[in-house]
Amino acid sequence: MRQRHLLSISELDREDIERILARAASFAEVFGREIKKTPALRGRLVVNLFYEASTRTRSSFELAAKTLSADVLNFAAAGSSVEKGESLKDTVATLTAYSPDAIVIRSPHAGAAALVAGWTPASVVNAGDGKHEHPTQALLDLYTLIRRLGSLEGREVWIVGDILHSRVARSNLLALRKMGAHVTVCGPPTLIPRGIEELGCDVRYELDGLSGADVVYALRMQNERMSEPFVPSLREYAAQYQITSRRLGARQLLMHPGPVNRGVELSGEVVDSPQSLIEEQVQAGVIVRMAILFELLAVPSPGRASHLEISPPPAPEPQPA
Amino acid sequence: MTALVLAPGPAADLLIRGAHALDPGAGVDRPADLLIRDGVIAELGAPGSLPAPDGAEVIDAEGHHLFPGFVDPHVHLRTPGQEQKEDLETGTRAAAAGGFCAVVAMPNTDPPVDSPELISSLRKAAERDARVGIGFLAAITRGLEGEQLTEMAELRGAGALGFTDDGQPVSSAAVLRLAMQYQRLCGGVLALHEEDVGLSRGGALHEGQVATELGVRGIPGLAESTMVTRDVALAEYERARVHIQHVSCQESVAAVSAAKQRGAGVTAEVTPHHLLLTEDDVRSLDTRLKMNPPLRTERDRQALLDGLRSGAIDCVATDHAPHAREDKEVPFEQAAMGTTGLETAFAALHTGLVRPGLISLGLLVERMTAGAEVLGLPRPGIASGQPANLCLADLEASWRPGEGGWESRAENCCFAGRRLQGRVLLTVAGGRVAYRERSWTLTPA
Repeated sequence: MRQRHLLSISELDREDIERILARAASFAEVFGREIKKTPALRGRLVVNLFYEASTRTRSSFELAAKTLSADVLNFAAAGSSVEKGESLKDTVATLTAYSPDAIVIRSPHAGAAALVAGWTPASVVNAGDGKHEHPTQALLDLYTLIRRLGSLEGREVWIVGDILHSRVARSNLLALRKMGAHVTVCGPPTLIPRGIEELGCDVRYELDGLSGADVVYALRMQNERMSEPFVPSLREYAAQYQITSRRLGARQLLMHPGPVNRGVELSGEVVDSPQSLIEEQVQAGVIVRMAILFELLAVPSPGRASHLEISPPPAPEPQPA
Repeated sequence: MTALVLAPGPAADLLIRGAHALDPGAGVDRPADLLIRDGVIAELGAPGSLPAPDGAEVIDAEGHHLFPGFVDPHVHLRTPGQEQKEDLETGTRAAAAGGFCAVVAMPNTDPPVDSPELISSLRKAAERDARVGIGFLAAITRGLEGEQLTEMAELRGAGALGFTDDGQPVSSAAVLRLAMQYQRLCGGVLALHEEDVGLSRGGALHEGQVATELGVRGIPGLAESTMVTRDVALAEYERARVHIQHVSCQESVAAVSAAKQRGAGVTAEVTPHHLLLTEDDVRSLDTRLKMNPPLRTERDRQALLDGLRSGAIDCVATDHAPHAREDKEVPFEQAAMGTTGLETAFAALHTGLVRPGLISLGLLVERMTAGAEVLGLPRPGIASGQPANLCLADLEASWRPGEGGWESRAENCCFAGRRLQGRVLLTVAGGRVAYRERSWTLTPA
């Protein structure tokens, strides 16, 4: 069944996820070619609408679209009409007038992507909405892990750090559970949302027991979200929760959504260790986003007429004599 | 000085025939003919017993219900300063359409109502624009800033019913305590918006399962209940008269109930949306369901319902909070707080509580009129000699709020599009006809 939008992991079932990941695998070979391009989405327009700073997500969407031969329009909020007070609704209306096939949106507000989906005939991809979800990150993380581990059934994954402010944690928790993994979230009690165990994970406040994990997924300590002192100091945070070579076992895999604060959530040596999948995550980011754009755009959905098309006036109804 | 103000209009001369009159306060619960002469209830008789006097309009109301007009102790009419959201005319039109004969306007306008001059000018404007009676509350603190008391005695003299900083709490216990002491001089209820802003800061919905799933910062019930507990303690110590606004969680109901049992001068109100909806309804992030305090859990909703039944909660208040479209057509976390409620309160509560048998119709009518006494106003009643303040409703009429537009200038109603049963057909406020439902034909007998 074809999706029209990708708004959250919660709306996907395991079959949808497996189909997207299989498609991503089929795109991997494109990067081995001499000419790293495939014409699958030639003539399609993808708009990147980013209301938050982002390097890797935005670039990987851009690269994914261009590799599929789509055209890309980057619309960053800084320095644009948004700074002149334009509302999200009006910005979307303006971009929609260019007849994009997809709008990729990142917003600091939960539900923004779903809202945009109601305002445009284009397919909408959620590239992060507030602290809610970041579904393409979760899918690329699954892709990376499955390539290493095969099935995730019964695997133990620990997500460590600031769970409260993390859309990556929320999407990954849902995605990993759908694929049969068992998830433990671990972090300072001030950064674990109340009732998260109801989503089907274990909650730990200490790293004791980390050795039972197959995968350690460290989150960035998001200074930009830290308007309040949720932890007494970054020094104490690092002492309690930093993933170091002493804490990370030899057979455990390490992941991180980037960008890394070396010396805070991860020690430098684990970032550079062979257990680290961080670079593979970045590579997977491009092909998984190619798969997502392809899923949404390869078959034109019926009734999505271009606004720029000038259609002749309808023929007059035959009048009864 | 009369506390409520409305625009003058032709006094009603009506004979309402055969409606089931229900006024628990007056002990009326039977089919009756009701005659209104010159805006006053002249006679209540057995059905078919009253002849139509010359010049009176006769309304055949058999099968319908006649109630005392409802009184809403908590509405936002956005005047002065935010008339793009609502004004005295549109707000009272919405009130009349919901069967309300009186509403009490909050002072968190732009500028806030914190001076006697503003109270006077609002009362003048109401004499020109209001379809139903409006009472005005003034601010407790200047500019609603929570620091310095307003000139409470002069405000009362200018016609303020009482005081509130609604929209904001009075965060400082010391400042609120001064207001309670000063109340001995000036009178007037202190209506309190209870919120510990340190606990609620940045929150957009109830701190619970839905907030956790959506990654939206929550507002815990604790932000309200700890302040309710603090303020009833202050009120007991100072022997003050306080009214707790829009109670939303179980712990607050318990605190109010316990204080009442100790004899404290405390009353409380609850909104239709907190009685009928929960955090689960907000999962779609529909901004019409964003309000402060937020919709809470089913456990809280049941506690509110128990409180309404037991009398721990005295009355229903809509907290009618109109907003312009652009305030709500934004992501949930950015959207303005509040839902409109005047046009839907009775129908929603009749549909959600009375029809399933959770409360009686009589109790609903009682709780929708009790807001008057809470603020020191006379309670509307169905008894001869009383000024005509009443509404006629068809309890079988089924409708969807918003399907025919709104009387309010705003459309941010949390019940929009839901099927409701029970509709107000006619409202008489202060002795004049304030509202007639458009599609209902008044057939002369």
